Amino acid sequence: MTILYKEIHRFMRIWTQTLIPPAIMIMLYFVIFGTLIGKRIGQMGGFDYMQFMIPGLIMMSVISNSYSNVVSSFFGQKFARSIEELLITPLPHYLILLGWVLGGVARGLLVGAIVTIVSLWFYDLTVVNWTLSIFVLISTSILFSLGGFLNALFAESFDDISIVPTFIMQPLIYLGGVFYSIQLLPTFWQTVSLANPILYMINAFRYSILGSSDLESLGFSINSALFMIVGFIILLTSICLWSLNKGRGIRS
Amino acid sequence: MKALSISNLKKEYAGGLQALKGIDLDVEEGDFFALLGPNGAGKSTTIGIISSLVTKTSGQVKILDIDIDENHSLAKKKLGVVGQEVNFNQFEKVGDIIKNQAGYYGLSFKQARENAKHYMRKLDIWDKRDEQARKLSGGMKRRVMVAKALVNNPELLILDEPTAGVDIELRRSLWDFLTEINKAGTTIILTTHYLEEAERLCRNIAIIDSGEIVENTSMQELLTRLEVETFVFDLSKPLLKLPESSDFDMFLENPQKLKVTVGKGQGLNSIFEILSGLGIEISSMRNETGRLEELFLGLVDATLTEKKND
Repeated sequence: MTILYKEIHRFMRIWTQTLIPPAIMIMLYFVIFGTLIGKRIGQMGGFDYMQFMIPGLIMMSVISNSYSNVVSSFFGQKFARSIEELLITPLPHYLILLGWVLGGVARGLLVGAIVTIVSLWFYDLTVVNWTLSIFVLISTSILFSLGGFLNALFAESFDDISIVPTFIMQPLIYLGGVFYSIQLLPTFWQTVSLANPILYMINAFRYSILGSSDLESLGFSINSALFMIVGFIILLTSICLWSLNKGRGIRS
Repeated sequence: MKALSISNLKKEYAGGLQALKGIDLDVEEGDFFALLGPNGAGKSTTIGIISSLVTKTSGQVKILDIDIDENHSLAKKKLGVVGQEVNFNQFEKVGDIIKNQAGYYGLSFKQARENAKHYMRKLDIWDKRDEQARKLSGGMKRRVMVAKALVNNPELLILDEPTAGVDIELRRSLWDFLTEINKAGTTIILTTHYLEEAERLCRNIAIIDSGEIVENTSMQELLTRLEVETFVFDLSKPLLKLPESSDFDMFLENPQKLKVTVGKGQGLNSIFEILSGLGIEISSMRNETGRLEELFLGLVDATLTEKKND
């Protein structure tokens, strides 16, 4: 609880760096891609372009904020050696991991909520399946918080914590169907896109909001996306705990 | 019961550096124990292993009879550590840093607040509780470190050079505070470069050098081994010629400062008699170096010589 409290306190204290920029960025996306260009695009995947884009943008914000909260906070503590004040305590490793993951989820969901509120100014959104949308949001946020933790654990410099988000996550998010339906792509690139795990998360969330997504038309069920997310969570949790127990990146 | 029991502790870092070569060390409950050694001797590695910041290669560590490998959480609940460097988030408020540390030990919010308040008052940082830690002076940050290490009321407190770089006033107030909590029952292990500090505070001492314990005894026993001591006499009037004595080695550093080497068993009275007989008036007298410092240098030099001979 202390780690979670501290994390929430931390990102709320610097709200101008953590909460406002995503809201402004998303607002610009809505203005430029939604209002100005969106009208010319017309329909996408059977929906207004703005309507199509909203679930993707919410998910993009949740993913990037969950990840960046954990990676920057944990690496910052490693860098300043304040992680030592945790390691000398009786806290078991799973609680250390849980504290940071919940911190990442808290920021991811808060930013997701802000983005949703902003999107309501631009489009009157209705949610088809609340339970599914909340499940996908939380599980994806957990997954990327775990990813951020793992990145921070192995990072040795500030460069190391920007490589994964810049060169791996951003391309996967942008090519994961935030702004377009992969049915627009040639068959070869559709097949390539199926190797992108973020595509399943964005489409599962889009399905929960709009009731339709690219997954069914490509022969995948929503359940397969959910299993994949849960599978990745189990895998990353195991790697994080194994690394913590081995002292990787935190003990000499 | 032993507050700390270390047996055959070894640490080899990646790259082959053997920081600890199988050390054995016991510290009795209630003791005020000094762990001394030159830079790179293995003190911080030993403390790092006890506090889980360093992974040991082999060996056993028990805190109050609890093996840190078998019951890590319980062992840690009994331990408080003041590290060598400031290791808290300096952008947080002093009060929050200490309360959060209590939270990591599983204390309830109420208990955490009470303990934090108690130690902040004791260490004279209560007025700074709402200030960001980065705005504090170096000495104040040290006090925060000590309060943080004590907030869970540990039975064993380890301090790794707690007074390094702090002014004499703070050093003395910390000494008084540590003596007080030791009298109240907390076992304290201290590493320091100020040998005067160890001599003044500690009852038992171990000296570590190149990853090996080269001495482990009581402070009193160690000090009785001192063969010679050098005393400095400040003279009331300038002295132009060195006084002659067959019993003592004397050296005139400047016309008003006389150094006399006194061997084991030689009394100081005879020096005063000789100097009085020569009409030399003494205004003050002191040790040239701490007694422990001479012994320490002797022990460390001896290990160095042995290694060269090997």
